[in-house]
Amino acid sequence: MINIVILTLLVVIAIAIIRMKDLFAVVMLLGIYGLLSASFFVAMDAVDVAFTEAAVGAGISTLLMLVVISMTGRREITTRHKPLSALLVVAITGFLLIYGTLDMPYFGAADAPIHGHVAPRYINDSMQEIGVPNIVTSVLASYRAFDTFGEVVVIFTAGIGVLALLSVARRPEDPEQITVINDSMHKQHLVIRIVVKILIPFILLFALYVQFHGDFGPGGGFQAGVIFAAAIILYTMLFGLSTARTVINQSFIRLTAAIGVLVYGSVGLATLLSGGNFFDYDVLVNDPIAGQHLGILFIELGVGCTVAAVMIIIFFSFAARREIQLNNKNKESSSC
Amino acid sequence: MLMGLFNHWVVIALMMIGLYIVIAHGNLIKKIVGLTLFQTSVFIFYISMAKVNGGTAPILADDITQYSNPLPHVLILTAIVVGIATTALALSLVVRIKETYGSIEEENIQHQDNQSLEQSNSKKASTAPKDSKQENQA
Repeated sequence: MINIVILTLLVVIAIAIIRMKDLFAVVMLLGIYGLLSASFFVAMDAVDVAFTEAAVGAGISTLLMLVVISMTGRREITTRHKPLSALLVVAITGFLLIYGTLDMPYFGAADAPIHGHVAPRYINDSMQEIGVPNIVTSVLASYRAFDTFGEVVVIFTAGIGVLALLSVARRPEDPEQITVINDSMHKQHLVIRIVVKILIPFILLFALYVQFHGDFGPGGGFQAGVIFAAAIILYTMLFGLSTARTVINQSFIRLTAAIGVLVYGSVGLATLLSGGNFFDYDVLVNDPIAGQHLGILFIELGVGCTVAAVMIIIFFSFAARREIQLNNKNKESSSC
Repeated sequence: MLMGLFNHWVVIALMMIGLYIVIAHGNLIKKIVGLTLFQTSVFIFYISMAKVNGGTAPILADDITQYSNPLPHVLILTAIVVGIATTALALSLVVRIKETYGSIEEENIQHQDNQSLEQSNSKKASTAPKDSKQENQA
């Protein structure tokens, strides 16, 4: 029942997003949309997914979009390209898709084809083969470790792409101007700053808990990385980029992103050198279960490092770009 | 049938709303928002397919026999994080477009592109006869 309410709300929000002209409101609605879909995932028993969606959809993506619209302007100009023909295309596609769903198994049916194949093996045998209670973790980090390796490399590559597009040659910055921007920000948000200062250690600690408790409860490298990055991003939003950069060294964070991928790949190489298949942790130690635990620990660590570092790199790149734009504007207005 | 397929239909509605935004709106940020809606609808589709009636979260415990399918959870978990990374890449492209064109409205960008194309064409047209004249003089 609860899922019907949530899904209806999602459709309502999506329609509101179409009609809104103010991009700030659109981004806020998108944050609510992310949080609602996270609660839908909880109702669907997908606790690990809900964790990730809550941190990404409601947290990081909203913040990123806010930074971008502060650079590109928050009004949408009202012209629409041929809304009628677009509507026609969408209606026909939607009708065909709905026609396709008529043959689909009903929601929640236990005998649907998707529950055949490998899923019973994961549920029945993963405790003997991997020895980890959270099946999602054992599938993610052991059965499908090669797949996850690909995902981590994609995330790393996207981080490099953002760096290549947005990073600027470091010019001698005018320290006075930057402190002026920061001071005004500090005076405005005194209450939030103090609350955030108290919260940040707990958020970081929680991220570490999620990282290392992922074998037994919901959690793992992806969720921990995103939560860790969210804490750092919160700090950057309130205390200014230059302060955050003195806390977290730029080149250190880039190194961490690369080291995460390297750790992941090295585990695979180690299994190859010990005579097993790629990412077959059984051969790492004499006892297969202990080997699985060791392999999953290292892999989740690599994932966590890369995800956290890439998210921080992405946000820092956007914030640095914005600061430079603001500085240029200030110079232009002062010279005029 | 209505209750059994309701989730799928909502997924299709969300997906079509995302597609409509991508086609009909000219603002690049709005287009990315549309893509995000589209993407999330696929996540919802996978996760609702994984649900089994009477099942619980796929974390093994002693007195539970029915679990939801863990495989779609794994696929979507990684897809969400990859999705935000690629969205960030798209947003950084938008920032660069804004810096170059001074606008993120598709029509303005197209207009400017057409103008610069016409200018370069007219330059070519004006320089070509000159060259032939010079050759004649030579």
